[in-house]
Amino acid sequence: MTANHADRIPRYGAATRINHWIVAITFVLLALSGFALFHPALFWLTNLFGGGPWTRLLHPFMGCFLVAAFLALGLRVGRDNTFEQRDWAWLRRFNDVVQNREQNLPDVGRYNGGQKFLYFTIVLCLTLLFLSGLVIWREYFSAHVSVGVLRLGSLAHAFLAVVLTCAIVVHIYAALWVKGSIRAMTRGWVAPGWAWKHHRAWYREVTRNPQQR
Amino acid sequence: MALQSLDIVRRSATTLPSPEARGAHTGQVAKLIDTSKCIGCKACQVACMEWNDLRDDIGTCTGHYDNPADLSGQSWTLMRFAEYENPKGELEWLIRKDGCMHCEDPGCLKACPAPGAIVQYANGIVDFQEENCIGCGYCIAGCPFDIPRISKRDRKAYKCTLCSDRVAVGLEPACVKACPTGAIVFGTKEDMTQHAQERIEDLKSRGFDQAGLYDPAGVGGTHVMYVLHHADQPALYSGLPEAPRISPAVRAWKGLSKPLALMAIAATAALGFLHYIGVGPNETDERDEEAARRDLERTP
Repeated sequence: MTANHADRIPRYGAATRINHWIVAITFVLLALSGFALFHPALFWLTNLFGGGPWTRLLHPFMGCFLVAAFLALGLRVGRDNTFEQRDWAWLRRFNDVVQNREQNLPDVGRYNGGQKFLYFTIVLCLTLLFLSGLVIWREYFSAHVSVGVLRLGSLAHAFLAVVLTCAIVVHIYAALWVKGSIRAMTRGWVAPGWAWKHHRAWYREVTRNPQQR
Repeated sequence: MALQSLDIVRRSATTLPSPEARGAHTGQVAKLIDTSKCIGCKACQVACMEWNDLRDDIGTCTGHYDNPADLSGQSWTLMRFAEYENPKGELEWLIRKDGCMHCEDPGCLKACPAPGAIVQYANGIVDFQEENCIGCGYCIAGCPFDIPRISKRDRKAYKCTLCSDRVAVGLEPACVKACPTGAIVFGTKEDMTQHAQERIEDLKSRGFDQAGLYDPAGVGGTHVMYVLHHADQPALYSGLPEAPRISPAVRAWKGLSKPLALMAIAATAALGFLHYIGVGPNETDERDEEAARRDLERTP
């Protein structure tokens, strides 16, 4: 755990870390303001944003900001999130994953199958949330679509937001579950034991050629 | 006015019942618009402007008699003129006073996310309470008749109130008061239905076999009803919907999906919690560090 300073393996640079937390904070604000308008029991959350009209006004702008911020983050981590054969093998052994039996799993690159699955879930949900969000953005766009599209856009936006929120809950839990992960996104480095245990192929890659990343 | 004396029986975005001890025991109200008696004079539009102190922007001629061209935050009712050539080759001018239908099951109220921005009174009137409106426009998605409009001035939703302020003190709506031909009448829903039947009989005796009452059951009936000479083809009257109802998409969005969605998120978090308690965290220890060191020595 307490790796010597020299042994620390860098995982995320400062720019990526800052980018991630901008995305994370924006997502939390969007979820709070969005669910405030989704369920009456949560309408009180609009008080966090200065009341109902302010929540309605701010939410779509925050959404655009999130899309822009995620675009930068998604492009940065995207090249390491393409599915390979071993990711499918990893996903098939899901039972071993949740039982912490990592000795039964194939070697993992920079990201495992679950992380890649999450990545594509986020990309897909955000893309569709952005498009459906434009449809229901009354101030600028809603007048230009038919009422049928408006209704489907409203339904889709709510559905996708729930899917994305569940995915983010899983993401947050995974970070709490696999100890040593959060530090990668706060301080930027991981211990060699962490990298060896959870991302062995990546560990060998970066230790063999430290300049690579 | 104290809210209680308004006899509100339904509020938007409110999950528990509103105070509803006081009912409309003398009957719910309805406005009956007889399209066969309408001469298209637009007195109702003017009366609406006057009573509600509305002044829409001066528009431009769009080549037909509809003026203004559409409903807006400042125009809550509008005569829509349709030229219809009947099977005998004769021209019929079908004029319909468009505006809120005051549905018994209002789609706008179902869609609205702001508590109390849309209410329904015991007498059946559906009213917007603009001080609670957040301007999202969900009521537009919920409405089966394309009625609510978001004002460009204040981003609040507006529509016909059925002159709820006048009705509350025993007056008929302003449009009813102004109509010179008696095409618009107001009273209890029961009386208006009965009156409509008399009118329909009269129209049938004059050759309009398909005359009928427009009080669509898909929205639980409406508190604004039409007598139509062609009740079998409501679409002739500038696109009056044949079988209006709250769209299934809106029902899904505003119905079961609300509790299900919150449960899905809570269940995901609960699963994580149970996993942490049941299986425990995935930690690395000295042995992993040692293994990592040995692995490093092995690889070239």
